[in-house]
Order: sequence, then structure tokens, then C-alpha cells
Amino acid sequence: MTIMEERPATEVGAARRRKEDARLITGRTMWTENITLPGMLHLAILRSPMAHARITRVDTSAALREPGVVAAFSGADVADVQGSLPCAWPVTEDMLLPDHPPLAVDEVRHVGEAVAVVVARDRPSAVDALAAIEVDYEPLPVVTEMPDALAEGATLVHADKGSNKAYTWVYDSGETGAGESTDTMFADAEVIIKRRYVQQRLIPAFMEPRSVVVDPTGDQHTIWSATQIPHILRFLLAVVTGTPEHKVRVVAPDVGGGFGGKLQVTGDEIITFLAAQRVGKPVKYTESRSDSIISAHHGRDQIQDLELAAKRDGTVLGLRVKLLANMGAYMGLVAPGVPLLGAFMYNAIYKFPSYRFECSGVFTNTTITDAYRGAGRPEATYAIERIMDELAVEVGLDPIEVRRRNWIRHEEFPFNTVAGLTYDSGNYEAATDKAMSLFGYDELRREQAARREAGDPVQLGIGVSTYTEMCGLAPSRVLGALRYGAGGWESATVRVLPTGKIEVVTGTSPHGQGHETAWSQIVADQLGVAFEDVEVLHGDTRTSHKGLDTYGSRSLAVGGFALVNACVRVVDKAKPIAAHLLECDVSDLEFKGGAFRVRGAPSDAAGKTIADCSLAVFAAHDLPDGVEATLDAEATYDPANFSFPHGTHLCATEVDTETGAVTIRSYVAVDDVGRVINPMIVEGQVHGGVAQGIAQALFEEAVYDEEGNLLTGTFVDYTPPSSADLPDIVSDRTETPAPDHPLGTKGVGEAGTIASTPAVVNAIVDALRPYGVDDIRMPCTPERVWRAIQGGDRS
Amino acid sequence: MTRISVTVDGVRYDDDVQPRTLLVHHLREQLGKVGTVVGCDTSNCGSCTVLMAGESVKSCTVLAVQADGLEVTTVEGLAGSGGELHPVQQAFHDRHALQCGFCTPGMIMAAVDLLAENPDPTDAEIREGLEGNLCRCTGYQNIVRAVHDAAATIRASGTPEPASVADGPMPGTPQGAPATPSEAPPVPAEALPRPVP
Repeated sequence: MTIMEERPATEVGAARRRKEDARLITGRTMWTENITLPGMLHLAILRSPMAHARITRVDTSAALREPGVVAAFSGADVADVQGSLPCAWPVTEDMLLPDHPPLAVDEVRHVGEAVAVVVARDRPSAVDALAAIEVDYEPLPVVTEMPDALAEGATLVHADKGSNKAYTWVYDSGETGAGESTDTMFADAEVIIKRRYVQQRLIPAFMEPRSVVVDPTGDQHTIWSATQIPHILRFLLAVVTGTPEHKVRVVAPDVGGGFGGKLQVTGDEIITFLAAQRVGKPVKYTESRSDSIISAHHGRDQIQDLELAAKRDGTVLGLRVKLLANMGAYMGLVAPGVPLLGAFMYNAIYKFPSYRFECSGVFTNTTITDAYRGAGRPEATYAIERIMDELAVEVGLDPIEVRRRNWIRHEEFPFNTVAGLTYDSGNYEAATDKAMSLFGYDELRREQAARREAGDPVQLGIGVSTYTEMCGLAPSRVLGALRYGAGGWESATVRVLPTGKIEVVTGTSPHGQGHETAWSQIVADQLGVAFEDVEVLHGDTRTSHKGLDTYGSRSLAVGGFALVNACVRVVDKAKPIAAHLLECDVSDLEFKGGAFRVRGAPSDAAGKTIADCSLAVFAAHDLPDGVEATLDAEATYDPANFSFPHGTHLCATEVDTETGAVTIRSYVAVDDVGRVINPMIVEGQVHGGVAQGIAQALFEEAVYDEEGNLLTGTFVDYTPPSSADLPDIVSDRTETPAPDHPLGTKGVGEAGTIASTPAVVNAIVDALRPYGVDDIRMPCTPERVWRAIQGGDRS
Repeated sequence: MTRISVTVDGVRYDDDVQPRTLLVHHLREQLGKVGTVVGCDTSNCGSCTVLMAGESVKSCTVLAVQADGLEVTTVEGLAGSGGELHPVQQAFHDRHALQCGFCTPGMIMAAVDLLAENPDPTDAEIREGLEGNLCRCTGYQNIVRAVHDAAATIRASGTPEPASVADGPMPGTPQGAPATPSEAPPVPAEALPRPVP
């Protein structure tokens, strides 16, 4: 990159263009699929065309005779070594947790489940040879819908488990003491609103298909994977396959998006690992997009039944939520816990006095579900923001006014919520005021009234969405209390090289978030070094052995904290060396503007930089007695609380009542994510997040037929929006620093997705209130909108 | 196997390919041009977009044999011989028009072609022009900004040509033999499916 920029006063807060871009815009990238190793073979996977069937025979012998085929095997061939794919979040003690073999052995339970593999000299030979594998299936009855799966006498996905209901998890504020009992509060209600909302199934659709390369030839077996979680993968690969952890190295090289979709330990990873060990050669598997859509985990797929009790003045008395969450055919890595991440968020930014949440996880003959951008929190925010609009209509208030009457005022923080969390900070008034002003709220309401009055065939709708979310996953004790199988800390190491250049090793694992840039900005300020002199290393357990990776808007909130602590330790270690070089007492020194100087000395006085100290350490000729010859420092940070970004999103839609077509006319996002390291990156996260939320509202849905065939199995049928489908948005911020974070940051990765879906659907419903429409099932396609206008057919 | 000769990013390559080999697989697996990537199997995502004979094609929808005798430019051949970025690359960097960067090679090549056809596009023309390229990270807003910026730069400098085509191969890349007429393709070109733009 040859761009010169003026050096900002502080790096933190500057819109630094990204370091990552240099390789990404020139094609010098290290995607897993780009890796080629000496003697490398290619693996292809035969997947089940049946949603539920007994496997009575698998014969791979003919495939073995195909040209170039080195190995072919089925689930039965590896049954004793393949283990079971892990679920790290058994949310209740009695949760049903069926075996999940990477390769099906006796039975397949969803279309796309892996049944057999071929390993060959090249990919075409491997794929061709799949056709020679013979599999006999004995079809079994199929269940794809949750209500059917829970009905009396339902077909069982796992016959030996006796039920399709995997678990029921309950939170009740009356029982925990965080609030009143809903029974008490509902008794006083003047208004009770009941609604069912359906969170359609979505597909994360990261642009880079997942890929895995395994090299079994070294002493440490190396696995490159397009994953968000190299550290968790290493740990669980050891647990699942019995390979000692120190004999496994995991690398996540450049990873092309994840959105939760690569927060998984996949059957493909285990199968490729086993295959490479069997043939003793490097093996690569890269999924096709169709393979990805059918076998990589899906997201959302919940049925939400809500009851909201309120007084006539719009004050909410209580909320009851009954949730069904489709797990698919097996338990994904964190799937059972996804609805729980929503459980703490239904009360949102409001001061509800009572709250009860009950969730059941349900098995069906469909692809597994798991985390997708926001994971539980978008679902919760959608439901509460939709029903708050219904309350506004019921009591005759503007939707913003009904929110005002219930939200936590800025002077009330820290605030203990009815869901048992402590919100540390926020200013909902400021964000909402700013959003309304940017949006021209009052003017648009006047236009809406005029167009209603005139009977305009294209009606204007205004959608409001106020949200908060829990980010910075997560305090380890809280995770432990929720029966999650790991902690929530993060790690950082700062290595000071002899010439004063810095290497940062982070336990976070970016896949588009720009950590290399943002982490460099933080270190530049902390150590007084140049932005360009910092190299950020990540995603390879050989350099970064310790970390919990990237998801849940945690990297900066938790990993950034660890990084600051590591930098502080570097400065602490450098201080006695600087004092020695300056021939003064340690207690007389301060570190300011990138140099140690005697306290009170002018800023141009001679000082010693970190680079001066690192060179002194490298030579080690003249270190003070007892001082170790290194400035390197490591820190691990476990957050005491979540962080709570919030914001107000406003959407104006034009809805053509004759065709059902919806156009987003304007969209304003005001987000408060605390202090911002790089506003350009934050804005990019909001843009992309809002786009994915709009996609749920308007475009995307994974659809199964009754036999369990995925009807949306390619990008022809499952349609992530293109540039022509999406509007420009206005993105702005308010800034309420996180009080307990050294950088004041909160997290931004999921905010846009969480806020935007209800903003859009509220706007569509708002446009159609005069037509008696009070809900439209997502995605709000022209057909669904048109049908709703015709007669309140909500589905 | 069929013998083809394709000039990629200014370097001529003569290779035997299977008739079924897609151009993108030839680029990636035989020529090592892994800057061009595959994102889907239905020609929807556009991640594999390259310029063939100066026009953008989805290289997963072109057979390698269809490129015989033609010049192909990938994202790897877009920067100048001294490493100076093409205006579209520069604008993508300046405008934060990429996050994970997987769609970026295809998006940049599609934008280069768009600007060759329409040097001063409106927002709507950019959005429609790039409709065949999916990005999951950015929401496209910064991509649209970047294409506007690049358009202005190109109009001001008057150099829309990819540098590698204009200046020859990047330094350090192996030189192919002097161009000779290539063998005729085994199937008449008109009988092959048209590349999807």
C-alpha cells in the first residue's frame, strides 16, 4: 500500500484504512482452498438424499476400482474411531443428547448427512467415483415441522431417545427474585396482547465455502480449516478423535466470512482428519455451495408465542414467552444455548416488572441449526419490538412514545433487569432523538397521514426498532452457571522485537472484522509505536496457542481488554530498564507520548522509547540486576459482565398495495457501541449487519418439503440480496463508553442484524394498518404482503 | 485432452486440459491463479469473475477451451508492474468496500468492466451493474461508493485499461514462448454455451 496518511493524534478513533486489504484486493490470499501440499489427495463426500432412513448396505468396493481412487470408506468402516460431534452446551441436566457420528453408520436423519467418502488423486476423480458407491436405504417416516414433532405419537428423529423434545429451559423472574411473578402482574393487566411470531430458517451463506486441509505427515498433524474457532476446534478435535491435543495444530488462515456459520466443529473436519490419517497423505476437502447449504448449520427457526400485559397508559406489567427452537436432526456445537442468549434479551431496553421465558428444543429431520449472526438476540429483539408496536396500536400511542414510557432512563444505569442482568450503561433517549432527527420522523408521519387520507395505492410505513444486546461473550462464571462447556476469557501476547517492532498474538480469530488494523491501532497508542510497526498474528495454534476465538461480538470487548493489559505489562517491564538508561529512579518516570521521561519534564526532553528498551534487552549488556531480558508480556482477561450496545433504527417503506412490492425508502441506524477504535470499520459492520437483517425481513428463507428435501438448496433458490436489492442507509452513532472497559468499547458485530429485521417488518405492517394488517410472516415477499392486504392471511 | 493457449495476466500458458475443465479450475489448479475464487456452483455469486478478451465473465461458466487464444485478466494482473493499484482496487481500499474479501476479486473485476462500459454510472447503474456479484459482508453501500470514486479517478486519468494488459507481465513472472497461432478448439466456439456475463 502506498497511501500516505497524516498520523492521527491518537490511533484509537481514527478511520485507518485496513491492513488486511493489501492482500485481499490483489488476490494474494491464503484461503484454505488455496493450499496445496506435496502429494496432497482430494476427498469427496457422498451425502444422503433421504431425510430419514435406515442404512442397510454401503458398498464402496466399486469406487475403489475407479481411476485415481486411493481410498473409499463409509461410516461403518470408521465407527469405532470417528467419535461423536460435540455439543458444548447441554443447557439442562436431562437434555437429550443423541450421538452425532461424522459419517452416518446405521441411520440418516436429514438430507445432506454424510454417508461415505472417496479419496482420490484429484477432485474430479474423487467426485466421479462417488457415483460408484452403492447405498441401500430403508425409508423411515419424516418429521420436519416442530408442532408435528411434538404431537402425540409423532415420528421420532431418534427412536432410542423416546421424544423429539430435547429439553425445556425456564426462566421466571418471580422464582429468581429479579422481578415479580407474571401471574401476579398479569392479574392487574388492563391490556393483554398475544401474538405468535415465526422466525424462519435462515442460511448463514458466508461467501467462502468451508474447506479443510489435513497434513498428517509431521509430528504434529496440521489441520487448516475455514473456521471461526481454531482454538476450540483443536481442543474438541482432541476430545472427539482421541488424538493428543499437543499432536494437533490448527490453522485458520484467511477466512471468508462466518456470521456464526463457521462456529462449528464439523463432520467434514473430522472426516478429513480421519481420512488423512488413514492414507498417510495430506487430504483436502472443499464443499460446493450446494453441499454447504445442505450440510452446514442453519440459523433461527423458532416459533415464538408472546403474551404482553400492560396498563391502558402503555406501561408494561409483564411478558411471557413460550418458544420452540428447531435444533434440526442433531445438536450443534452451541445450538441448545442459542435461544438462551435470547432469553435474557426479551425485556430489551425496558423496565418490565415481571418476565417468564420457557423454551423447548425440538428435533426434526432437517439440517442442524446453530449460531447465526446475533444468535438468539435477533429473534428476541424481533418479537419484543413487533409486540411493542402492537401495544402502541392497542393503547393509541405513537410507537416511540410507548417505548419511552417503558425504557430505562439514562440516569437509571447501572440497571438490574428482570432477566437478571446488570446493564452497565446506555442512553436510549439520546440515540432515539438523534435517529428521529436524522430520519425526519415527524415529517414522515405527516406524509403518511396525507397519503392515507388520499388513498394512495403506495402507502408509507414507518418502522421503529430500539434494541440492546448482550455482547462480549462472556463472563466465564455466567457461562458455567448456564452449563456452557467452556469459559469466556480471551488472551493476548505482545512480543517486542529487538528493533522495536511489535508482534501481537491474539486469541481472537478474525474473518473479515479487521482485527489486524484495529489491534494495531490499540497497540500503537498503548506503546507509542507506529501503526505500521505492529504485526497482528492470529488463527494458528502454533503461534497462538491460547484463545477462545471470534463470535458474539466478543473480540474487542474481551480480546481488546486482554490486549491493553498485555501492553500495560510491557510498559511495566520496560520501566526499570528505561530508568536504568536514564539514570533515574523508577518512581520518577512516567510513560507518556510513547516515551519514558522524568515526571514533569517537557515533552521534547530526552526520553527512552519502547524501542530503546527493547534494544537494551536484546543486547542485555547492561540491564539492572534481576531484570529479565525480555519485554514480552501476556494477558488473559475474563470479563466481569457482558457489554450492552444499544441503538435506535428507523425504517421507512413504500408498500405498493396493488402488487405487494416493498421498497425501503430510507433507513437510519443510530448505534451506541461505546467508544470506537475505528469508525470506518464500525460503519462497515453496521452496513453489513443491517443488510443481513433486511434479508431476513424481505428475502431469505430455507424451505423444506414434507419429505424433508431442502427446496432452497442453491443460490438460485436461497437468495442472499444483491446490490440491486438493498438501499443506502444512514449510519450514525451516539457514544456512551462502557464504564468498566479500559477502552470503553462494547461490540458491534451483530447490532445491525439485531435491530434491522423488526424495523423493516414494523414499517411494512405500519403501512398496512389501514388495511387491517397486524402481521406478515417473514420474509415479506410481494406475494405474502399482497395476500395480507387481501384479507389478513398472515402466512 | 485438448491443447489450449491462454494469456493470463500478460503471461502465455500452453496446457492440455480436459474438455470439461472450467476456466476457473484451469486458472486456479493448473496456473496457480488462486486469487480468483469459487463461491458457488450455480453462477450466482460472481466471486470467480475475470476479464476474458476484455469483458467480464464468470469463469465458472466458461470452459477452459473457450478461452483458447484469448487474453484473460484476473485480479492478480490488475495492479501496475510497479505494484501501483488499479483505481478500482485503490477505491475499494479507501472506501472500506470489503470485509472478509472473498467476493472482492470478482467484485473488483466486475466493477472494472462496468466502468469500461459506463465511465460515469449513477448509483442505480452501479447497483444493477454489479447485481451478479454477491457480497455477504458489506451491504454493498461502500462498494457503490468505491465504484464512484474509481470512476472519477479513471475519468480524470484516462487509463481504464488493466495495467498488466497495457504494460506486459508483472516482474518476476515466467515468460511464455512467443505467441504462435493456437490449435483450433475441438468444438466450434458457437456451439459452446455463451459465458454468462
